[in-house]
Amino acid sequence: MAQTLQQTPLHDRHVELGARMVPFAGWDMPVQYEGVIQEHRAVRTDAGVFDVSHMGEIEVEGPQAHPLLQSLLSNDLDKIRPGEAQYTLLTNERGGIIDDVIAYRLGECRYLIVVNASNREADYRWMKEREIRGSEVTDVSAEYALLAVQGPRAIERLALQPAKAFTFAEDAIDGIEVMVNRTGYTGEDGCELLCMSDDAVALWDAVLARGVVPCGLGARDTLRLEVCYPLHGNDIGPDTDPISAALGWTCALDKEFTGVEVIRGVKDEGPERKLVPFVMDERAIPRQGMAIEGGGEVTSGSHSPMLDVGIGMGYVPGAQAAADTKLAVDVRGKTRTARVVKRPIYKREG
Amino acid sequence: MAAVESYPDDLKYHEEHDWARIEGDEAVLGVTWFAADALGELVHFEPPEPGATVTKDASYGEVESVKAVSDVIAPLSGEVLEVNQKVVDAPETVNEDPYGEGWLIRIRMTNASEADALLDVGAYKNVLASQ
Repeated sequence: MAQTLQQTPLHDRHVELGARMVPFAGWDMPVQYEGVIQEHRAVRTDAGVFDVSHMGEIEVEGPQAHPLLQSLLSNDLDKIRPGEAQYTLLTNERGGIIDDVIAYRLGECRYLIVVNASNREADYRWMKEREIRGSEVTDVSAEYALLAVQGPRAIERLALQPAKAFTFAEDAIDGIEVMVNRTGYTGEDGCELLCMSDDAVALWDAVLARGVVPCGLGARDTLRLEVCYPLHGNDIGPDTDPISAALGWTCALDKEFTGVEVIRGVKDEGPERKLVPFVMDERAIPRQGMAIEGGGEVTSGSHSPMLDVGIGMGYVPGAQAAADTKLAVDVRGKTRTARVVKRPIYKREG
Repeated sequence: MAAVESYPDDLKYHEEHDWARIEGDEAVLGVTWFAADALGELVHFEPPEPGATVTKDASYGEVESVKAVSDVIAPLSGEVLEVNQKVVDAPETVNEDPYGEGWLIRIRMTNASEADALLDVGAYKNVLASQ
């Protein structure tokens, strides 16, 4: 059955630029414009812009918004004030990860939760069903567009003032009102610009006019993998717990939230398997689903444009999880050696 | 720099987007501009061993871009005489020069009459037009 793909407000711009469009999470999205590798390098050396308007935005407000979210999200929202943001997990009763999200504290009693496109409906339903008196959960995704402008020169090219990571502020770019969020998914400096959907085309044009390179989802994936940011659906999911996924730092185990007792149990006993980054020692590219000898599995794999070598992440038994451990990856029937490395896989020198 | 789209007249083509340049009882094999463009910049070539046997219409290796893996289909049967080490070391050579520096392997044909069944450039362009 043919399914109609959703389009972001920038769809026509992507097509005009000659982007290669692919279906992603029900959306028709650009995977690349000129090429994944050159877009990747643009973000590592200068600045690139990604249309991530397919991502969802859920607003939670009311006098009970804070206690509601404290009970649903793994990280401790008491640690952030209005104007600050936090990476956190929406967890289920089994301690699994329904989604990894960023919570922006708009006010004492008002939050914006930015969620993965593929999980938007599940996240909204989960939160809406658990709404308590004095809190209101609203899916506002259709109202907004989101542009991620990333790279060492991103802030300079947008003529924005320096600010700390995980803060945000109202601002304007060429007269277009934006919420400038100092967050991203590339490991680089930069920001994510949230604007009204109707302003998306003007904002996109303004960003490109400042010499920022348009980048597709292909580069977004290789960039995040080089810095070991997990991708929900690949590396983490409803059946993986945060401790095994090396996301224990996002869990405030001294507070109560959905599934916390299970997560505490995994932490106390030690996880059976751990998500580790690895680099191939032989010429080969690991891919999602490949077996790792000893009971492990690759959950993300690709070619690192910066290191020019195959890289990946995967779950391995605890005994194989230490840095420098040799791994044997089954690459379509051929055994190829890799070694576990420390996070991140890629870091700029100096 | 990726090459501009082209399909030389002097090559034989296979509908799986492979080409053969026949030189006596030997043939040089590679993938077409269309295949290289569809994959994007190549970052890995998994070649056969010299001395291995390749069989017409069967895979003899793999090429990979950042996003995808593709089998390389042999347009002709034969024995592998040589692998292009330049492509092993710098797979993007295929994107830059798919019919020249970006050749993949050289074989000694074991059934030269197989070449009669391959497409000429016009027939291959018809395959592309129908995709």
